[in-house]
Amino acid sequence: MSHVVIKKELCKGCSFCIKACPKSVLSLSSDINNRGFNYAEYAGEGCTGCGFCFYSCPELDAIEVYS
Amino acid sequence: MGNKILKKSEAFYDVFFRKPGDEKKSTTYCAGCGHGIIHKLIAEAITDLGMTEKTTFVSPVGCSVFAYYYFKTGNVEAAHGRAPAVATAVKRSHPDSYVICYQGDGDLAAIGTAEILHAANRGENITVIFVNNAIYGMTGGQMAPTSLLNQKTATSPFGRDEAEEGYPLRMSEIIATLDAPVLVARTSVHDIKNIMQTRKLIRKALNAQKDKKGFSFIEILSQCPTNWKVKPEDAQEWMEKNMLPYYKREVFKDILDQAAPVPHPKPRKEIAEIVELLALPEFKTRKDNGGETTLKTIRRETKFKIAGFGGQGVLSLGAFLCELAIVNHYHSTWIPSYGPEMRGGTANCSVILSPEEIASPVVQEIDILVAFNHPSLVKFHSNVKEEGLIFYNNSIINDLSEIMPYVRRKKIQLIGVDASNAADSLGDPRMVNVAMLGHMIKVYPYFQLQQADLLLEKKFSTKPRLVELNKQALRRGFEQDEMENIV
Ligand SMILES: Cc1ncc(C[n+]2csc(CCOP(=O)(O)OP(=O)(O)O)c2C)c(N)n1
Ligand code: SF4
Ligand code: SF4
Repeated sequence: MSHVVIKKELCKGCSFCIKACPKSVLSLSSDINNRGFNYAEYAGEGCTGCGFCFYSCPELDAIEVYS
Repeated sequence: MGNKILKKSEAFYDVFFRKPGDEKKSTTYCAGCGHGIIHKLIAEAITDLGMTEKTTFVSPVGCSVFAYYYFKTGNVEAAHGRAPAVATAVKRSHPDSYVICYQGDGDLAAIGTAEILHAANRGENITVIFVNNAIYGMTGGQMAPTSLLNQKTATSPFGRDEAEEGYPLRMSEIIATLDAPVLVARTSVHDIKNIMQTRKLIRKALNAQKDKKGFSFIEILSQCPTNWKVKPEDAQEWMEKNMLPYYKREVFKDILDQAAPVPHPKPRKEIAEIVELLALPEFKTRKDNGGETTLKTIRRETKFKIAGFGGQGVLSLGAFLCELAIVNHYHSTWIPSYGPEMRGGTANCSVILSPEEIASPVVQEIDILVAFNHPSLVKFHSNVKEEGLIFYNNSIINDLSEIMPYVRRKKIQLIGVDASNAADSLGDPRMVNVAMLGHMIKVYPYFQLQQADLLLEKKFSTKPRLVELNKQALRRGFEQDEMENIV
């Protein structure tokens, strides 16, 4: 099943992935990571593997998409 | 598990070992910075096109100054604005490599305006990725040439005013007016649709380089939320409102279909062609000179400084040495330096003779100084290397006191040549340089007198009297006893 892995500690919380996701299955955590950012989280279902979040993310290793 | 995986590109280092501190897997970029998005598109493209191993990435000065932390390619860091010049050098010396010239708008459109225009105009076979975020990011948000009208920045706190600061530069449109570039386009990474468009253009530009099509230029409108003073999530809106209306996203030029492969670098000229161009006599080899064969061989780069008054033939002596070197199948360079007066005043030239190609014509440390007057001797003596050589015109230079401490300390060989007197005795003071050359050939037997004769005959073929006079001057210098000053 398609899904996305977000590496919490590498996320800077810019929310670009959230805006790009056509299925609205990403959101910003209310928690903060070790560097003080709210981080993107995957709802756990609904990902179609389009990869839009991957290409929108400015971090080089924060998101992986499996489809 | 599925079969398609999008993850960190193989063209990035797994761990950013060059980056200081503990966070060796994340970038130095702010949250919401466009640089990272663009890096990913480039990394993916060079991986997919199989270019990574042969790519050199030229990092600019700006927030992407540390691009070499990330890209597992060859990396060069250029001084501010000079990336296209550095990229030119890399590409021309390694024509089979791929060169990516990555630059910000402060870097490319302000301090580096000259470099980018000329690299584009020469049609260098490189790919320029121009990241336009309408501001100087790294230095804290000063106005860039690309900042928009009314945009408030650290250096335009009331907003950019065209009457004071001019209009935002549209670099793509400017570059597209040039004949040489083959692909010029502006795109953006403000939303996913435009990111995917940028992805395509980057691939197209890199493919163009692969096919040796020439210069391509991709301008990418990019986010700098930090210095625009907006939240990352508002960066898209900021771009849509401020940047997109002014900067059209368009392919301004695409002549890839017609473009023939660029001929860079051109093959070197053969010695014979240069000899013909300069109308020099031709010797097949160094030994082929008709005279004695006691010639020594120049085995390493040898640097001369020849200096004196204007009118003493300082510059032509340097050029003559180069011609002797050329006919003897050596490489040579010559750069003249003279005051504003052109005639009179002081003059000097830097000459390098070498068995190998010469990388730079600049002479700082001197192997052999030839000084025709006292001021030149004093000025340049302390740049002569340990165990170097100084020829000086002892007809008019009598006082050596100023230079002797250095000469002794550095074990420099000091050779007086009665050059002005030799010329005067022939009734033509202009012969001073040739008299000097005669003695130089004696002490420094890398060329032969007969070769110099042949050159003179060719040079002054319509003036036999001058040929005779020059030949005599050569011999006056040559036959002079070696007047080595024992120090
Ligand atoms: C010769 C020189 N002048 C000035 C600077 C200071 N400086 C560092 S980065 C920079 C501006 C970079 O802006 P830009 O090219 O837009 O890149 P960004 O940081 O926005 O990505 C300047 C002026 C420098 N490093 N070297
Ligand atoms: S785009 Fe990347 S850095 Fe930004 S919130 Fe999403 S995962 Fe985090
Ligand atoms: S200052 Fe701007 S350009 Fe520099 S890293 Fe931050 S967001 Fe990017």
